[in-house]
Amino acid sequence: MNTQLSPENTAAMNGNKRKTIEITGLNFFYGKTQSLTNVNLDIHERQVTAFIGPSGCGKSTLLRTLNRMYDLYPGQRAEGSIMYRGRNILEEGQDVNMLRAKVGMVFQKPTPFPMSIYDNIAFGVRLYEDLSKGEMDERVEWALKKAALWGEVKDKLTKSGLSLSGGQQQRLCIARGVAVKPDVLLLDEPTSALDPISTSKVEELISELKQDYTIAIVTHNMQQAARCSDYTAYMYLGELVEFGETDQIFMNPARKETQDYITGRFG
Amino acid sequence: MNQAAINTAAMQSPTPPAPAPAPVNKVYRKRLLRHRIGIALSVFAMTIGLAVLSWILITLIIKGFGALSVNMFTQTTPAPGSEGGGLANAIFGSFMIVGLSTLLSTPIGILAGIYLAEYGEENKIASITRFVTDIMLSAPSIVIGMFVWALYVATTQHYSGYAGSIALALIAIPVVVRTTDNMLRLVPNSLLEAAFALGAPRWKVAMLVRLRAVKAGVITGVLLAVARISGETAPLLFTALNNQFFSKDMNGPMANLPVVIYGFAMSPYDNWRDLAWGGALLVTFSVLALNIISRTVFSQKIPN
Repeated sequence: MNTQLSPENTAAMNGNKRKTIEITGLNFFYGKTQSLTNVNLDIHERQVTAFIGPSGCGKSTLLRTLNRMYDLYPGQRAEGSIMYRGRNILEEGQDVNMLRAKVGMVFQKPTPFPMSIYDNIAFGVRLYEDLSKGEMDERVEWALKKAALWGEVKDKLTKSGLSLSGGQQQRLCIARGVAVKPDVLLLDEPTSALDPISTSKVEELISELKQDYTIAIVTHNMQQAARCSDYTAYMYLGELVEFGETDQIFMNPARKETQDYITGRFG
Repeated sequence: MNQAAINTAAMQSPTPPAPAPAPVNKVYRKRLLRHRIGIALSVFAMTIGLAVLSWILITLIIKGFGALSVNMFTQTTPAPGSEGGGLANAIFGSFMIVGLSTLLSTPIGILAGIYLAEYGEENKIASITRFVTDIMLSAPSIVIGMFVWALYVATTQHYSGYAGSIALALIAIPVVVRTTDNMLRLVPNSLLEAAFALGAPRWKVAMLVRLRAVKAGVITGVLLAVARISGETAPLLFTALNNQFFSKDMNGPMANLPVVIYGFAMSPYDNWRDLAWGGALLVTFSVLALNIISRTVFSQKIPN
């Protein structure tokens, strides 16, 4: 019996789906403390990959290496290789801002900018594209429709982003993330601060967004991972315990640790 | 009424629990007493503060109100011994000097504050800047006045409204730097990360997101700096000095309210003393108005 899917089996099962991001031998350090040890996994194109695991297992840390968010904080560093578009994004001398324009992120707490709803969406677009007013209007409408928010805000685009409810603010942040048309969307526990109705709206969104974007989502809610994702990575104490297709992980996990976590024996 | 209703009523109003045993009561009573003493002392202190403030304002109103008239705004300061007169040149002069000083100190202060907030933790120059700013905040204003006197007035051999503005700016800049720095540092990291995550370069995050988030707070800082320098007298004594006549020439001595008040307040002339009270009333209530505006119109809610 395999303890890990072999490359041949994986490729056959995936129907040779392309890999957008390949992580190899990733180690991460907060100062002297090592919080990720030898992580190897792939993020497949136009699929949803979920990172699950108990608190402190490193799933958010792993997500934040994918867009080099840790760069903002001195003392945090990553070693290893993360191949994206043929380059190792962990290497020195890269345009990290360009990377972040292609690998977007939505955070746990909704963080609308202190501007109008229109400007919130336009902010990211204006950074890298030069659009006319008409084109920008279209883009804003398109992004808000993608985030299932257009109907609720189309009459108040000039009102502040902070005037929306929590669920609406989070969808605004998602709209902001898709407006720049990234390759990859990283979602860091996007629904943990939301009520159940907003949560289900956002989960519907994710399955729609999957058609155009590669998505990686961190969630501490296992059922959400089972509902929404195609691939699941189970992490524990900074190590990747098991990675595979979601159905297989939840119904027939290869490792006992995975089984224990899934069945709620601990965590 | 049926039995069910009576039962429900009984369930909704249960008998109160038995009173706590005596030892706990003693400790609680001592604590309650200390609490009440503390509150009483706090209220007493607040009352003293409020009473003194009200006393000052009422005194100003009583003594200065009589001098308030159209004449005060249209006529210039009277020569010694002459009747009537006003404060037109002093009001105009203060306006010009404080105005120019604000124009000088606001951009410098805000930009320096942005620099400190962005690079303050990383870099030696930034921590030295912050340290020097804190020292300047408590520098005696008379020393600043003498400094500008030595550099400007003594070298050009004449008093000048420009020198006055520079001296006041040197007092205002540290205030603006500090408040801007403090406000910017209150912006939560999550908001900044959201902007970085879109690929925004650092300067855009600093200007378009961070600064905008605390816009009201920064404006408050500027207004409070203006309120502070409106009343400073010592620096102007050495730089702008005073001018008996109405002058629009900032390059020469200029009348201004604080110095006029200083000169008129202890004089033997009645009209001079009245004008001094009127000027004091003007200055105090302008500062009060600035404070109130900054707390109401420009009150800052920190995003979180």
